[in-house]
Amino acid sequence: MTRVTVENVWKTYGKQTVLERINFETAPQSFISLVGPSGCGKSTFLRMLLGDEKPSQGRILVDGVPLQAEPSPDRGVVFQKYSVFPHLTALQNVMLGIELGQSPVLGRLFGRKRREARNLSREMLKSVGLEAAENKYPAELSGGMQQRLAIAQALVKRPKLLLLDEPFGALDPGIRAEVHEILLTLWRETGMTIFMVTHDLSEAFKLGTRVIAFDRRKTRPEELEAYGATITFDLPVMRKIAPPPGAVTSPAETEEAMPKVAVAG
Amino acid sequence: MRRLINQRPEILSRLLLAALPFFLAFLAYALASQARLAINPTDKLLPAWSTILDAINRMTFVPDLRSGDYLLLLDTMVSLQRLAIGVGLAMLAGFIIGVLQGLIPYVRATLANFTNVVSMIPALAILPILFITFGLGETAKVVLIFVGIVPFIIRDLAQRVEEIPHEQIIKAQTLGASTWQIIIRIVVPQMLPRLIDSVRLSLGPAWLYLIAAEAIAAESGLGYRIFLMRRYLSMDVILPYVAWITFLAFFLDFLLRGLRRVSFGWMYRGHM
Repeated sequence: MTRVTVENVWKTYGKQTVLERINFETAPQSFISLVGPSGCGKSTFLRMLLGDEKPSQGRILVDGVPLQAEPSPDRGVVFQKYSVFPHLTALQNVMLGIELGQSPVLGRLFGRKRREARNLSREMLKSVGLEAAENKYPAELSGGMQQRLAIAQALVKRPKLLLLDEPFGALDPGIRAEVHEILLTLWRETGMTIFMVTHDLSEAFKLGTRVIAFDRRKTRPEELEAYGATITFDLPVMRKIAPPPGAVTSPAETEEAMPKVAVAG
Repeated sequence: MRRLINQRPEILSRLLLAALPFFLAFLAYALASQARLAINPTDKLLPAWSTILDAINRMTFVPDLRSGDYLLLLDTMVSLQRLAIGVGLAMLAGFIIGVLQGLIPYVRATLANFTNVVSMIPALAILPILFITFGLGETAKVVLIFVGIVPFIIRDLAQRVEEIPHEQIIKAQTLGASTWQIIIRIVVPQMLPRLIDSVRLSLGPAWLYLIAAEAIAAESGLGYRIFLMRRYLSMDVILPYVAWITFLAFFLDFLLRGLRRVSFGWMYRGHM
């Protein structure tokens, strides 16, 4: 059960402050939606969780341990685009994570180990409904299929955290709903914590157990550089559907039943 | 009447149109040659087709009086060997250095400016240095080809590596890939077709350096032959040699394009 703690995180680029005073803690098995206007730093925040960017101040802990400063297999990721490898078939894309873990020199498996990796990868593909497309290259798959493949590819490493950067932004509404269902099912089965950056508020509330909004409190032009965005809303989401087995409702979340509404400016 | 930019030729007219400039070039040559020969039958500048065919026959199927070699075959083999060694080594070195320079910030910081400066040196300007250093044998010619094209291949590959979406490199790391694994599983397979493109673009300069080196100091080779024949104004040999070099260059390009298509099917799927 993974708990993410964000302690007074700031991010500045030169004089430009992008994020300031970000503090929160997640309950185990949370699905956190990060929302906010363009340029509010939500993707920057996700990249810090990923280890692709370092906080300028403050720190991020996972289960009490500071995050490694570079991407690592305990954090899976799905981007809006380019998440899968164009030169590998769907099956090879999923197998890659297993092969990299077990074969440090060649990055490839042979014989029995290869068959095991292949069977496991087929299971993964099946869980996202891509079993019929295992020999296709990403360019031959539709946008929705590519994103499902990216999810399967990330989950084969059994990450504690799954980070999604506007993963469904480019999908048609129908396809989007389909992928939502798959994602929710996998989330319940695996018990991982998910952070999802999205522009789409209804998606944020539909999927998330908690919605965190980033925005700038100071918006006068002369203040834009010196002040960054911070958390302006932090709302738990009440679900009509039953919570996943084993999910714990955190005290932190129940305490925050009343939304903290901050007034900008 | 539709705009000119929207009018497209049908298959047949496309073929005819493509053949037209070739036909006109041959026609212009034939007319000019005929006109000159009518005034002076011993004119060597624009030989008649029959004279050219004789020369082709002589160079291809009749052993040389002095050495007993079939000259066209000998020249072709010698030149292709120099080209293959020079281009092959440049390909290998350019690929390894280019990939490392494109992917690893420390290598880029060390080498990028250096390769940029070296690529600005006109390779022909250092040909005297190569002849002084390596003598007049094969080494200097191969090194000239190598030095002439390797900076381009390095820069081109490094740039292609930098164009790999950052997301892919991040994703690979989240799948547990080490730097080495990223190189062999992600970067190299995606860069091999780029290497072929890069080599295709380098073949033009490579031929240029080959012919220049052969023209200055050699005992055989296609470049050597045409510059030797220049002394005798033997246009009847020079013209078919030039055509043959053009054909070889075209054929090599065709082979590389085929290799790319056969070996890297993933690049062509789903883009039909």
